Amino acid sequence: MTSTESSPHAARYPAGALAFPHRDLIGIGQLERHEILFLLDEAERWVALNRQADKHENLLSGLTVINAFFENSTRTLLSFEIAGKRLGADVVNMHAAQSSVKKGETLIDTAITLNAMRADAIVIRHGSSGATQLIADKVDCPVLNAGDGQHEHPTQALLDALALRHALRDRGQAAEDFTGLKIVICGDILHSRVARSNLLCLQALGATVRLCAPPALMPIGIEAMGAEVFHDFDAALDGADVVMMLRLQTERMSGQFIPSAREYHHLYGLTKKRLNRAAEDALVMHPGPMNRGVEIDSEVADMIDRSIITRQVEMGVAIRMVALDILTRRARGVEGWGAAA
Amino acid sequence: MKQQRPLAITGGRLITPDGPRDATLRLVDGRIDALGQEPRDGDDIVDAKGHLVAPGLVDLGVFAIDKPAFHFGGITRAALMPDQSPPLDLPSRVSYIAKSGKPDFWVHPLAAASRGLQGREIAELALMREAGARGIATGRQWIADSGVMLRLLQYAAMLDLVVFAHAEDATLVAGAVATAGEIATRRGLPSAPAQAEAIALTRDIALAEMAGARIHFRQVTTRAGLDIVRSAKARGVKVTCGITPAHFMLSDLATVDFRTFARLSPPLRSEPDRQAVREAIADGTIDVVASGHDPRGPEDKRLPFSDAQPGMAGAETLLAMVLSLVRDELIDVQRAFELVATAPARILGVEAGAIASGFEADIAIVDPDKPWVIQSARMEATAGNTPFDGQPTQGRVTMLYKGGMRINP
Repeated sequence: MTSTESSPHAARYPAGALAFPHRDLIGIGQLERHEILFLLDEAERWVALNRQADKHENLLSGLTVINAFFENSTRTLLSFEIAGKRLGADVVNMHAAQSSVKKGETLIDTAITLNAMRADAIVIRHGSSGATQLIADKVDCPVLNAGDGQHEHPTQALLDALALRHALRDRGQAAEDFTGLKIVICGDILHSRVARSNLLCLQALGATVRLCAPPALMPIGIEAMGAEVFHDFDAALDGADVVMMLRLQTERMSGQFIPSAREYHHLYGLTKKRLNRAAEDALVMHPGPMNRGVEIDSEVADMIDRSIITRQVEMGVAIRMVALDILTRRARGVEGWGAAA
Repeated sequence: MKQQRPLAITGGRLITPDGPRDATLRLVDGRIDALGQEPRDGDDIVDAKGHLVAPGLVDLGVFAIDKPAFHFGGITRAALMPDQSPPLDLPSRVSYIAKSGKPDFWVHPLAAASRGLQGREIAELALMREAGARGIATGRQWIADSGVMLRLLQYAAMLDLVVFAHAEDATLVAGAVATAGEIATRRGLPSAPAQAEAIALTRDIALAEMAGARIHFRQVTTRAGLDIVRSAKARGVKVTCGITPAHFMLSDLATVDFRTFARLSPPLRSEPDRQAVREAIADGTIDVVASGHDPRGPEDKRLPFSDAQPGMAGAETLLAMVLSLVRDELIDVQRAFELVATAPARILGVEAGAIASGFEADIAIVDPDKPWVIQSARMEATAGNTPFDGQPTQGRVTMLYKGGMRINP
């Protein structure tokens, strides 16, 4: 196959693979600003496709994508599966619960097994930071990180950026990036890979990021990553353009980090009243799943003109499509992306 | 096997406790003869070719008996940590281990402080001393119960056995694999504050002082911790401490790519703490440099960082890393062997670790400048888990003697 994927943005980026010279998508930390913008721009095509009645394109026909999830997931797995299928790939899901991981097989052996089955892309979610990189080092095909421990969740940050871009565009505030925006990320920062990926991504795109959490849920040294650190949610919200709420990741907590959900809601729950401290029309985001009444009140989560939570989910499919598209271009022999494998 | 004929090592530079001296060294009946003798008729003669004639290294606190690696590194004795499978918490196990290395390597077992190293019930320390234990160790972990720790130290003081303690507050470091800070946060690694060390040291020194016990901290890795040891020494507490080369060569930057060979316990610290360790070696606060030898194969290391086991194979690189401190002019060569041989032997109470008349004839002839490259895949150790893989270094043992008998390193 030699046809080129025509892109309206082609002129803005280096030709071919120079626009995205990575085999894998492990983290936002490995990406340059222009590479993030390239992914977002290329994703627009899939946003449009996903809004049609016929949501199918045979770009990845014949390729096998394995979703290897060593940690429970519903929405991310579903999103990757839909993305692969809409692109025409053969998508296989491997759940750790039903796999030989439970029989004592090491992660590396599992990776080598998947590799031997000639996967064309492997999507990994794992509970340990760095696990995706470990697998990427052992296999021959592109690896996509769908979340590794408390390290990174790059497609989540990309889909958040795309959702935010669309929301701003709908309001007539379209811009190249997020320069000048004040964005608050509030919640369990310590245990959150979403917070780390978003911090890196939003900063790369020009935004000022404020992180807010009680001290026990704020990682030591995060200021060194350029974030403004707050423990007072009201102060963090002051004049904010976007408020991104995170849930408490109780499954990752050993020991007590907060006295009670009630007290947490009192200090850090996003209520309609509290949202008034942010800029007028400030947008509300949440990567899901939400704990309504804990970190976010239903009346905020469901505000039609402010909450873009469902749009985040929509953009997730497009982002995973663009990631699969770009990372398989070399294998598909797309012109300018290297020889066919 | 005993030394049959006297041996005279000529043409070398002797590293004695009184400083280097160019002289012949005679080894007779497995012991070091009076210094300053000339070779006699009937002596076997060995030419040291201008190299250092130094005491064989005494490695204070290793996790495995790995003779080829120890011999490569010039190590003739090692104190074995009780963290074995099963742990060294019974006299029979201690006595078996005490004999296991002879004749060409001596193992000094450290008795488990508590049954199963659980930190709850004190083990049979007196019986284990009689079985050959040269000290007591809490193992890889801190004893969280202060009452148990006090009674242990009191008992150890009565038996005149040194207690090897691990200085990390167990409740603070639970589940952590890294030092809290920018690197751990960027990498999303479960981490604990470095202050866990100072907290543990403060309590253990207070209890040891009360009990009148000798206490040795195998690794003190932070500025705050070293300050605590420094002031305890100044007021006369019987405290000593050690370090492994990883903590004076590397900081937590070495974990940035999730390399599990840099997963250690205690974890690698910040760069300012690494500098503090180097200062403490120079000013004498740190008494001992040990390898912490803990060879770990792929089943323990080829895993995500937080799932991997801590530890490094250090026996082969110990001497070269300590000699790098001499090249950096942090210490002199006499002090280098004080750190890796004389002080460890003194802490264990064995007549070895120094070029001194009547001491065991454990001798390493060392070419301090010989260049070589550390290669994980080509090590003598049972596993090549070194964080120094690929690093060029200098200093190799050219000949090794245990009790006057030649060993091929």
